[in-house]
Amino acid sequence: MPRISMLDTGETYQCRDGETVLAGMERLGRAGIPVGCRGGGCGVCKIRVISGEYDGRKMSRACITREEEEAGLVLACRVVPRFDLQVEIVGGMRKCIMKHAPHHDQ
Amino acid sequence: MALTGVLRPGHIVLRVLDLDEAVRHYTQVIGLFETGRDDEGRVFLKAWDENDHHSVVLREAEQAGMDYFGWKVDSEQTLDDLAVKLEASGLVSDTRWAPEGEQLLTGRRFQFTIPTGHRMEIYATKKTLGCMTGYDNPDPWPDGLRGMAPSRFDHALLYGRDIDANLTLFRDVLGFNLTEQVVGPDRKFLIGVFLTCSNKAHDIAFIRSDEDNRLHHASFILGGWHEVLHAADIISKRDVSLDIGPTRHGITRGETIYFFDPSGNRNEVFSGGYIWYPDRPVITWHDTEIGRAIFYHDRKLNEAFLNVTT
Ligand code: FES
Ligand SMILES: [Fe+2]
Repeated sequence: MPRISMLDTGETYQCRDGETVLAGMERLGRAGIPVGCRGGGCGVCKIRVISGEYDGRKMSRACITREEEEAGLVLACRVVPRFDLQVEIVGGMRKCIMKHAPHHDQ
Repeated sequence: MALTGVLRPGHIVLRVLDLDEAVRHYTQVIGLFETGRDDEGRVFLKAWDENDHHSVVLREAEQAGMDYFGWKVDSEQTLDDLAVKLEASGLVSDTRWAPEGEQLLTGRRFQFTIPTGHRMEIYATKKTLGCMTGYDNPDPWPDGLRGMAPSRFDHALLYGRDIDANLTLFRDVLGFNLTEQVVGPDRKFLIGVFLTCSNKAHDIAFIRSDEDNRLHHASFILGGWHEVLHAADIISKRDVSLDIGPTRHGITRGETIYFFDPSGNRNEVFSGGYIWYPDRPVITWHDTEIGRAIFYHDRKLNEAFLNVTT
């Protein structure tokens, strides 16, 4: 079973065969990679694969450009590790709801 | 007839990453019925109680999200009149007449982009198929339902920047009414607006966000709280990606559950709400109470509600 190492936190966990990087993390109750739609559409689970091989499913181009994909950026909910992976968290919750008019911001 | 002009949400066109997977979700999990496909491969669907040919269209694309949202108006004359008003308003851009038949079994449509960047259109004519119970001595529900089995597509929530201009457009040009609003610390700055063209608690809603043209969710109506719980069972049984719920919205009073389609577009099924009449005052939620406004039981917003859109 492939092991995922999150460089940011130093945490590691094992994915079941055929399970995505994000699904493995969620199943073990681990935190780290932000969890959103789990369908490759929203982009919050973006990670960079530093080393290791994986199979990827289609990801929304609005979240991962072709250049990013070539640079090893993927959506954790759409990649299934083949062997152990070292990953770095890139995505995040941006708090995009606006509660204040821009000119109220300090 | 008291309800004139823009009648109701007519259709929503969604982009999906994998068409077959999406069709399975919308037909088997949600329980819509496929009514047709066009030359471009788009799939047309309707709910059991809907009269018109389709209310949801799925298009396979490189990115998830919403292509456009269509409003049905009461006549071809209203369509022409509203097109003139929209052009004159200065609030919409990239206007275009789409000829009859360009969308499967649908009449001519007037398309425009609203201030928050979302593409919308109005139309008056669409082929009718009838609802599944028929209209003569109908049973309350038909045989052959599956999944969550909503009776119709109900509304959408969209995220974007200039929701003030959207409010002006929908209220002053298209004749909608503001039912509820979420305001900032100064009690004026709009964080969210809920609008109806009919007498529902909302037919469309906008929340202010720093990015334009985002879809938060497309929503379908169920028959009651028990059906919302049943939908929650289906979500677990079929291992569907759950967002939050079952719970209650303070805003609109809806009983709700949120989940995602296989391409990451958020769906909602809900029940309840209230009947809105034109003499009903606008409900105002203050940003300090935004937690209970959105999720009445948890009384706090979850990160995903704010950040996860397509
Ligand atoms: S969680 Fe939305 S793209 Fe992965
Ligand atoms: Fe909703």
